[in-house]
Amino acid sequence: MGDPIVSFAEFEGSNATAVRIAPGDDARVLLPHLDRLTLVEVTFPAFRDGRGYSSARILRESGYKGTLRAAGDVLVDQVPYMKRCGFDDFAPNAPLDQTVVEKLSGLYPEPYQRTVDGAVPVWKLRHG
Amino acid sequence: MYQYDKYDQAIVDARVEEFRDQVRRRMAGEITEDQFKPLRLMNGLYLQLHAYMLRVAIPYGTLSGKQMKMLGHIARKYDRDYGHFTTRQNLQYNWIKLEDTPDILADLASVEMHAIQTSGNCIRNISSDQYAGAAADEVTDPRPWAELLRQWSTFHPEFSYLPRKFKIAVIASAEDRAAMRLHDIGIELVKKDGVLGARIFVGGGMGRTPMIAPEINPFVPAEDLLSYLEACLRVYNRYGRRDNAYKARIKILIHEHGADNYRADVAKEFAHVKTLGLDPPLAEFDRITAFFAAPAFDATAADDLDLSDPDFAVWVDQNVKPHKAKGYAIVNIAVKPTGGIPGDATSDQIDLMADLATAYSFDELRVTHAQNIVLPHVKKADLYAVWQKLNDAGLANANLDLISDIIACPGLDYCSLANARSIPVAQKISERFADLERQRDIGELKLKISGCINACGHHHAGHIGILGVDKKGVENYQITLGGSGAEDVSIGKIMGPGFDENGAVDAIERIVEKYREVREGDERFLDTYRRVGNDVFKEAIYG
Repeated sequence: MGDPIVSFAEFEGSNATAVRIAPGDDARVLLPHLDRLTLVEVTFPAFRDGRGYSSARILRESGYKGTLRAAGDVLVDQVPYMKRCGFDDFAPNAPLDQTVVEKLSGLYPEPYQRTVDGAVPVWKLRHG
Repeated sequence: MYQYDKYDQAIVDARVEEFRDQVRRRMAGEITEDQFKPLRLMNGLYLQLHAYMLRVAIPYGTLSGKQMKMLGHIARKYDRDYGHFTTRQNLQYNWIKLEDTPDILADLASVEMHAIQTSGNCIRNISSDQYAGAAADEVTDPRPWAELLRQWSTFHPEFSYLPRKFKIAVIASAEDRAAMRLHDIGIELVKKDGVLGARIFVGGGMGRTPMIAPEINPFVPAEDLLSYLEACLRVYNRYGRRDNAYKARIKILIHEHGADNYRADVAKEFAHVKTLGLDPPLAEFDRITAFFAAPAFDATAADDLDLSDPDFAVWVDQNVKPHKAKGYAIVNIAVKPTGGIPGDATSDQIDLMADLATAYSFDELRVTHAQNIVLPHVKKADLYAVWQKLNDAGLANANLDLISDIIACPGLDYCSLANARSIPVAQKISERFADLERQRDIGELKLKISGCINACGHHHAGHIGILGVDKKGVENYQITLGGSGAEDVSIGKIMGPGFDENGAVDAIERIVEKYREVREGDERFLDTYRRVGNDVFKEAIYG
C-alpha cells in the first residue's frame, strides 16, 4: 500500500505524496510538488462533469510521471478519452466490463489530436 | 471538396463499430438508458416525442451529389421518405428505429459521412458560409479552416464532457451569412499584411439568454489556431458553470467573468499550450486546402441570360446570386413551399437536388442555416434547365429571404423540449403571404420561429421573431422585432403580450402593413424598424 491519500485542502503545507483532487480544485497548485507526488486521484462525482480531463492533461503536460487515477462515476466508454488525457489507473464506482475496455482500446487506430498519451496524431503520420 | 484518406475513413469506421456495440449493450440491458444517453447523444441520436431522431453531420454544410443521394436513400429505407434540413446545416431524420442506427451509420460511412458530435456537450458540427468558394466577396474559402477544425474537434478527449454544447462557425466575408457572432466561437478569416488569420469572437449564443459574441482576439495566425482554440476551450471546460444547465454555455462565463478577464485567462493558457506542439504543420493546412481548389470553370461561359420567361426571371432575381467566376451563378433552392414545412424535403426531392448538383454544379451542394439548399457553381447558360427541373419538383419557390422563407424549429410536433408548435404557425404565415408579388414588394424580411425558449428556430435573430410559450396549458406566441443574424447582428425585442396561433398571424400582417405604410425609399423592414423604433409597431400590433 502506498501513502495515505490526502485531500486537496490538506495537501498544502503537508509532505503527502498522494493527493485527491475534486473537479473544482486547481490542478496547477500541485505543479511545484510534482517530483514528490506518486499518486494523484482525480475524482468524478458525476460522469458528465468533465473538468477532471483538463486537470489530468495539465498535470501530464507539466511533467507529472506518477500514477494518475480516475475515481468515481467513471463509465467504460469514457476510459479511452481518459487514457488520452493521461489517466493510467481507474477506480470506478461500478466495475468496468473488461471485454468492452479491451474492445474499445483497440478500436480507434490513430487520433486526430496530439495529447499526452504519446499517440502519434494523424497529421504527423501524414507529414512525418 | 475534402476527401477522406485512410486515416479519416478508419476513424469513422471505428465509430460505426463502437456505436454498434453500444446499441447492442443497451438493447441487451447491459447499460441503463441514463448511461446510454450521453453515448447516443454524442452520436446525434435523440429520443423525441414519438420516436428516435438521428441528426447527420454535414460538415460546414458542404456535400457531394453522392452524399446527398445517400441522404435520400436513408430517408426512403429507414425513415418515412423525408428528411429535415436544420439551422446547423445538418439533416435530421424523425422516425428512426434504434436497432437500425448502426446500419444507417455504416451507410453514411460508405460515403464519408457520419453523425459524430451532432449532439452532446461537445464541440458540434462546424458551420460555415453556404457560399464558400463561390462568393465574390470572400477573403478566402473558409472551408479548409473548418475542415481542420472538424478533425481537431473529432473525439477531442478533453472536450467531450464540456459544461454544455459548443458551436463554432467560420466565415471569410464581411457579409455574415452564417450568424457567426451568435456562436460559442465565431471565426472571421481576415487578411493582415497579406497574411490570413482568424479573428476570434467568443461567447455568442441564442437560447434563453441571447448574447452577441465579443471579439476576443483580432488576429490569430493559422499556425497558432488550434492551440488558441484549445486554450479557449480549456478555460471554459475548467471554469464554465456546471451548477445550472441554463447557465452553462460559454456566453454566461464571459458575461459573468468579463470578456477582458476571459481574454487574459486564454492568453495565459495559450502561452502554455503553444509549447506543447499541438498545431499541425502548415503542410497539413496546404493538404486540406488543395481539396477545395476552385473547380475547372469554363472561362468562355457566357454571362448573358435570356429572361423572357417571366416566372424564370422572378426566380433569378430572387434566388440566384452573383458568382465570383464569369458566366456562373449561385442557385438557392428555397425548401419553403407555400404552406409546407420549412426544411423538409422528400427522398425524391433530395435525389433530384443531388442529380442537379452532379449535372450542373460540379457535384456540389450546400445546406444553409436558413434550411435551404444551394447549388454553388451553376453556369448561367444552364440556369433555365435547372429552374425547370426544380419547378417540376416543387422546389422553385422564388421566396429566398422573403417573409415566407421562414426558419422554424421542429417544435411540439416532434420535440420533447418544445412548449408550442412551430410548424403550423410557419405554414399559416406562408399561406397568408402566398402572393409572391406582395412578398417581393415587402422585400427582405427574415422571420424565425422557435417553439420554446431554447431558440433553435433563431427567433432572437429574426427581423420578426416568434417565440412559442406554454401559457397555462395553451400555446401562446410572443413576437419580437429587430433581430438580425447577419453582419448587422442584433437581438430582437419582445413587443408585448402574446397571441394564439391565428392572432399571431394577424399581428404579423399588421406589422408588415405598418412597415409598408411608413417605410422610406428602399428601406428593408429591419431598417425601418431601427429608424422608427418600437412604438410605431406596438401601436400597430395592439392598437
